[in-house]
Amino acid sequence: MIDQLVHLLGYEFAQKALIAGFLVAVVAGLVSRFVVARNMSFAVHALAEVGFTGSAGFILIGLSPVLGLLSGSMLTALLIGALGVRIRERDSVVGVIMAFGLGLGVLFITLYPRYASEAFAILLTGSVTAVSRGDLLLLTVVAAVTIVGLGAMYRPLTFATVDPVVAEARGVPVRLVSILFLLLLAAAVAEAVQVVGVLMILTLLITPGATAERLTVQPGLATAVSVAVALVATVGGILLALVITVPVSFFVTTIAFGCYLAARFVWPLLATLRARQLGV
Amino acid sequence: MSEDGLTSGMDRAGAAPGVTTGDAPAATHGAGSGAPTGTAPGTATGTAPGVTTGAAPAGPAEAPPRFRRRGAVAPAAEEEPAMCFDRATLAYGDRVVWSELSLTVRPGEFLAVLGPNGSGKTSLLRALLGLAPLAGGQLDVLGHPPRRGDPAIGYVPQHAGFDRDVPLRGRDLVGLGVDGHRWGFGRLSRDGRRRVEAALEAVAAGPYADAPIGRLSGGEQQRLRIAQALVGEPALLLCDEPLASLDMRYQQEITELIGDWARQKRGTVVFVTHDVNPVLGYADRVVFVVNGRWAAGSTDEVLTTETMSGLYDAPVEVLRVRGRIVVVGEGSGAGFDIDEPHHFPEPVGTHP
Repeated sequence: MIDQLVHLLGYEFAQKALIAGFLVAVVAGLVSRFVVARNMSFAVHALAEVGFTGSAGFILIGLSPVLGLLSGSMLTALLIGALGVRIRERDSVVGVIMAFGLGLGVLFITLYPRYASEAFAILLTGSVTAVSRGDLLLLTVVAAVTIVGLGAMYRPLTFATVDPVVAEARGVPVRLVSILFLLLLAAAVAEAVQVVGVLMILTLLITPGATAERLTVQPGLATAVSVAVALVATVGGILLALVITVPVSFFVTTIAFGCYLAARFVWPLLATLRARQLGV
Repeated sequence: MSEDGLTSGMDRAGAAPGVTTGDAPAATHGAGSGAPTGTAPGTATGTAPGVTTGAAPAGPAEAPPRFRRRGAVAPAAEEEPAMCFDRATLAYGDRVVWSELSLTVRPGEFLAVLGPNGSGKTSLLRALLGLAPLAGGQLDVLGHPPRRGDPAIGYVPQHAGFDRDVPLRGRDLVGLGVDGHRWGFGRLSRDGRRRVEAALEAVAAGPYADAPIGRLSGGEQQRLRIAQALVGEPALLLCDEPLASLDMRYQQEITELIGDWARQKRGTVVFVTHDVNPVLGYADRVVFVVNGRWAAGSTDEVLTTETMSGLYDAPVEVLRVRGRIVVVGEGSGAGFDIDEPHHFPEPVGTHP
């Protein structure tokens, strides 16, 4: 099995998949912390699903599905940002936009020639092993932009996330920050769809952040843990899928879930044991 | 009594009586006679003798200084006011929150902002923070029009309670007060960390500075809030109901922290509260806002049956019971926080 893996890693498709997986995991891990802290799971879902519609539209007119995905989710982010700033109204705005976006997606699918239906399946469940050279380049650029963007707004984003009232009083442009974050999130979603597909998007954008929250209260460390979880799930999932013929997304979701369960139940147990040891 | 309210009150107040009432219907208004009323910060600032409370009178603190004294500020005769509302009107759309507010606050003064819910107390702070533009009149804060993110202004919000699991320590919260508004990322500078330590020490929050903030008590969280606001060494501290949903003991502690800071560093405080009692020993002056009207002066001047009835335009009684002040309105028997009156006239517009 190890031999087989080493053998497969010699192939370009496997290398591309691993590089793509690495990029996606870093971006998703970073963004995930804020998705969790800002309660944005629903928005993530909407960004992914309307991204799917964008992708379908782009395939229909013969353009890159990855680019379509990115356009779809970006446009959604702008709409959510324009219509729903207050937390209270954000959910309903997201729902409204997502419903319409999906309706449009259904139209695109119907207009579609038969032979391309596989493209949809790939979008829904992810297929990192099918990433082309052009896709990889795009993924790299988007990842770089997202990481740089997140770095540039890390402090005010943290401030606006944990303490919005004081952040505003201290001059943080809270609304601008939240719209900028939505755009970064849209980019991250478009990236993560490549690995786990639209349906399982939350496994990379929620689970790592949620796991990290369970393990530490230090903001910096939590971000590092979140990235680590995303990396283990993604890279581990890709490696496993190379030797066992099961879709990558199954392994990714399983590993991520395992990490979460461990953080939830095993970690507190260890902490108790350690405390007892020290006590004796 | 270090307060120099009398002098700066007098030079303007040829005609204005101690209690200045903005925009009130004729009943309490009498004195204004056209001129912008209300510039006078009242005659007797500082805690008035006897009447109100058993709390210590305003004066230099005897307690060991918890806060480093800001060096240069010496009381000067022609000192620039910490803030100056000049016939200021705030409105959201058609709804006038308060109008023709004229009020000058001297550096080092502790101003309590009182009034029922929805009367525009928070809006007053938002105006000072540059977050709510005036519909009319003028406002200067620390010598210039309000600007967003003014580093010389500290802000303590209402205690809202952090989520139990939010990955944030008290130390991090205070750190955000140092550089949270700056773009980019990175660890605090050495100087920043030193300031965080000093601020934590000043509010005695050291023992729980590394605990998850969501697990701390309301009082502990508010202490950290104060450290966060003071870490930038502000000249002006704005507090928006910092005592709400705290129990009595914490209310006292928090008020004392803020009051001590103000006295030791000669900082100016604007303290929004619906209950005046916790700040009776500290407030040099109060401004009461209700229904677009306002009155400013010392506690004893403003919180009287006469003034309050004029403001509410309805019979209101102010009682002093065991050092506490209780305002009783029609249909509300209990505490200070009179319910939004239902039969009062619409807020008055602007004066000619």
